[in-house]
Amino acid sequence: MSNIPETGRTSRVTIRLIGIQILVFSLLLTLGGRLWYLQIRNGDEYQEEAAGNHVQQVVQPAPRGTVYDARGVPIADSETRLVVSASRTELMKMDDDGEAVLARVAQVLGMTEEEVAHKIRLCDAETPQPCWNGSPYQPIPISDEATTQQALTIRERAEDFPGITAEPEAVRYYPAPYGAVTSQVLGYLSPVTDAEVQEAKDTDSPLLRSDQIGRSGIERTYDTALRGDAGVLRYEVDKLGRVLGMAESDEPVAGSSLVTSIDAGVQAVVEKQLDLAMKTARQQVDQITGRPYEADAGAAVVMESKTGRIVAMASLPDYDPNVWVGGIDSEQYAELTGENSNYPLLNRAIQGQAAPGSIFKVVSSMGAVNAGYAFDNTYNCSSSYSLGSHSFKNFESTGHGPITLGDALKYSCNTVFYRLGHQEWQKDGGLDPDKGEADEHLYQAARKFGLGERTGIDLPNEVTGRVPDRQWKREYWEANKESWCKTAEAAKAGDGEDGPSAYVAKLARENCLEGMKLRAGDSIIYAIGQGDLLVTPIQMATGYAAISNGGTLYDPTIGKAVISPDGRRIEEIKPSAHGELPADDKTIRQIDQALRSVATDGTAAWRFTDWPHEEIPLRAKTGTAQVYGKQTTSWLATYTEDYTVVMTISQAGTGSGASGPAVRNIYDALYGVGEGGEIDRDRALLPEPREALPKINPDGTIEAAPARPEVVTAWRDAEFG
Amino acid sequence: MSVHSFDSSAYGARKSLWARLTARDSLARRLDWTLMLTPLALSGLGALLVWSATRNRTELTGGDPDQYLFKHALNAVIGIALAVAVVWVGHQRLRSVMPLLYVLALVLIGLVYTPLGATINGERAWLNVAPGLQIQPSEFIKVTIIIGMAVLLSAKVDAGDREHPDHRTVAQALALAALPVAVVGDLGQVMVCAVIILGVLLASGAANRWVLGLVLAGAAGAVAVWAFGLLDQYQLNRFAAFANPALDPSGVGYNTNQARIAIGSGGLFGTGLFQGSQTTGQFVPEQQTDFIFTVAGEELGFVGGSLILLLLGVVLWRACRIAREATDLYSTIIAAGVVAWFAFQSFENIGMSLGIMPVAGLPLPFVSYGGTSMFAVWIAIGLLQSVRIQRPLSA
Repeated sequence: MSNIPETGRTSRVTIRLIGIQILVFSLLLTLGGRLWYLQIRNGDEYQEEAAGNHVQQVVQPAPRGTVYDARGVPIADSETRLVVSASRTELMKMDDDGEAVLARVAQVLGMTEEEVAHKIRLCDAETPQPCWNGSPYQPIPISDEATTQQALTIRERAEDFPGITAEPEAVRYYPAPYGAVTSQVLGYLSPVTDAEVQEAKDTDSPLLRSDQIGRSGIERTYDTALRGDAGVLRYEVDKLGRVLGMAESDEPVAGSSLVTSIDAGVQAVVEKQLDLAMKTARQQVDQITGRPYEADAGAAVVMESKTGRIVAMASLPDYDPNVWVGGIDSEQYAELTGENSNYPLLNRAIQGQAAPGSIFKVVSSMGAVNAGYAFDNTYNCSSSYSLGSHSFKNFESTGHGPITLGDALKYSCNTVFYRLGHQEWQKDGGLDPDKGEADEHLYQAARKFGLGERTGIDLPNEVTGRVPDRQWKREYWEANKESWCKTAEAAKAGDGEDGPSAYVAKLARENCLEGMKLRAGDSIIYAIGQGDLLVTPIQMATGYAAISNGGTLYDPTIGKAVISPDGRRIEEIKPSAHGELPADDKTIRQIDQALRSVATDGTAAWRFTDWPHEEIPLRAKTGTAQVYGKQTTSWLATYTEDYTVVMTISQAGTGSGASGPAVRNIYDALYGVGEGGEIDRDRALLPEPREALPKINPDGTIEAAPARPEVVTAWRDAEFG
Repeated sequence: MSVHSFDSSAYGARKSLWARLTARDSLARRLDWTLMLTPLALSGLGALLVWSATRNRTELTGGDPDQYLFKHALNAVIGIALAVAVVWVGHQRLRSVMPLLYVLALVLIGLVYTPLGATINGERAWLNVAPGLQIQPSEFIKVTIIIGMAVLLSAKVDAGDREHPDHRTVAQALALAALPVAVVGDLGQVMVCAVIILGVLLASGAANRWVLGLVLAGAAGAVAVWAFGLLDQYQLNRFAAFANPALDPSGVGYNTNQARIAIGSGGLFGTGLFQGSQTTGQFVPEQQTDFIFTVAGEELGFVGGSLILLLLGVVLWRACRIAREATDLYSTIIAAGVVAWFAFQSFENIGMSLGIMPVAGLPLPFVSYGGTSMFAVWIAIGLLQSVRIQRPLSA
């Protein structure tokens, strides 16, 4: 119907009308394109955002799995406590933001209103602890120590306490059977941080903001298994947080249980005996310094020789792990981590490193045999060994004449090993070896013994110690030369006078110029386990256990089996090895014989008089390590066919002197050895290693077969004979 | 100079009602039914969407979840009645009452600033007519401007005196339009009015320099506002927040972001009516009015959103055709003015929901809840129909 001529309209208007029409439809097309872009191309992304917008999650925590000792006695458990919680969303709906209700709660619980307000305020960058770190939709605990009476008051007068609940909830609890706190081995829990939530987001075990996670010890190593999966109730909410309905929810799945190889009875004995040894040492005056021994820290390990399983592990000072439960206050935290705390959180059995002293001589012996020195040849045990003007003394400057390596171990003769160390150093090219010339047999033996690297124990933050070979020496110099040279310069300028500062200045000057070179003296004292060598108690226990079992270095383990909550799935943690000793069977047998004679006739014999050596052959090696500026470190490494026991006490004197009685008492308890050396199997805490797991009932609970308390306490509180 | 619309009564002997309605030259046969049914479909769709957006909002509905469904439907019915009334009167007859309409519109806008006025959502743009009944006079400004400018601009041309409106006439027309626009002061409505004026000028055949001048004046105004800091930073942020929601995260930025999430999450087929979590959760503000398109986007998906665009496209296509086929300049200008109005208001409304236009409080024609707006757009449909009916029958 072409009637345009009839309109009499000009072409200008017609063209403009067509232009308008084109413009209008381009605008519509633009909208269509944008709609496609948002809904089809990026639709998934926005769907996700919308889902995040309108669903709020309320977490139902999964009960954390129990940690049992080898007999099925709980050592980390969950305890039901009455927890009074506040729902923020409910409180915020009130005209006064719930202030009146909270005031009543404070009154019932015997807290101040301020304390209650602090508990439920939300954490942000400017809010100091205490504050709530979790979701505001989550009930926020005000107190986990409510009495039944308080809980009942709140529940019966519900109309006075809208938004407040008082429910029994599971709270972590460390029962410490027989008083064995096992603190550093168990570790502790604390709430997750935002960063951890982010990090775990896309892993198999995502974290919720309300989660507590293991921070150290086995609570950390086995955290994923113990934690289980929290349940999540998902509510659909509107913009104001009002609940519209339920979305898909997940039920909580309880955490698995962990059976450990720890024997709570033995653990109690070891903790108490180590403590007694330290207290006893403090009563004694150190002949060198003229002061009483400090005995400021100690560690002890009892390991199954043939599997590497840990039966007991103690580190002193320790702490009560229950201080972490329900949140730690700043005062308690300072006690555990502050400058004056002596760091009880440290597990010195795996994190304490010190020179091993003479217990290292077994390693030097293996190195010497590997370097071609026959074990049964004789070596001169002189009263001293001279290097230039310096004379390295034997212990108490006594000589034994020409003796075998075995006797050198028995009498702990230093000069034999000095000479071996020096000769090996010379053979390796002395100060300036050609490339590839140095065999470093003694250092190689230490590395193969497992020193300088982690044993792989199932505890976090194990340290490596160090083997001070030529390579380490150079690396250490590279890292420190600047500060050494600076100290030397400063000392020169301010001509540092007498006392330690002169010594420090001299040392700094030497180190600055020559520190990259392994000196003869370094190798000489290294051979008796002194100098820059550092080891951990767990490394020495692993190595001595290997001598006991014929040469296998087992990974030390605490965990023995992970058991699903219903008891159906049992995941056993089998012993696994990470190396072999650097010695053939014959050498191991010879060393074993020598160590046996240490216990019967040698340096440790006076601590094992009346021990039934025939029935239960015992091997021992004592060590007394010097530390510059401190009193000597006591070491005692011992083993039977079943167990290896290593104890060390810092600033406590000699190996046999300070650690001897405690180690003896531990063995007495393990095997039930009485004062006269008679064996009473009935009173033995663990006459042989426990292979089997505790009995698991059909309902998944684990049946405890605890040691008789009176027996444990008797051994635990035994005096030094 | 007045040209009367065709009156069915002028045609011969009285016939039966049915015969009269179905006669080839009857009003019913001459109406553009597509242009009746499409806005009706949009209004119906709008009723559903408004229903969905309000049924959970007890603070609005006072407990009756269906209240807004009925109110929207009622508004549409009143709108249709107004459209029929306009057709009945005929757009040509409005020429003579134009001064009266203009003064009435000015008075109504002026009343907003008296105690009779009401402020809703921060805009003083409402007039309390009766308890619970408010009207927004600015909606009628658009009709007034279109008819007023059309009367002035077409007078000499339709009389055959000139080929195009002379400068003096254009100046008069602009002055006539500027006065009510200046009084309105609501950013969204001012923008629509500016676009309507531009469309009217284009359709009138006014000299290019006027069109260009208007565009430049608009641009200069915007630059002046920017350069002389007539707006505070937060106002600029609000304006720019459509492109970058982070500029105003708690205000407009939040709104546009939530609107985008709602539409984006709809996907191809949407979540289904009443099933949108963004809508039931009331995450999008003003959802039954300015952001009604987000309900369609979320619950009806790309299919539903496209349907609305398609229906609006049909309305605009018919309106453009009516403009092109109009027999005189007066009619052409009216039709073109309505095209400019509908096109811009739809683009701005949907565009802000989609995050490609700044946020301005403008309803989506026929779909958004709002009585005055509904009446105004149906009156515009009446005008278009009236123009169409005037067209001579093809041979």
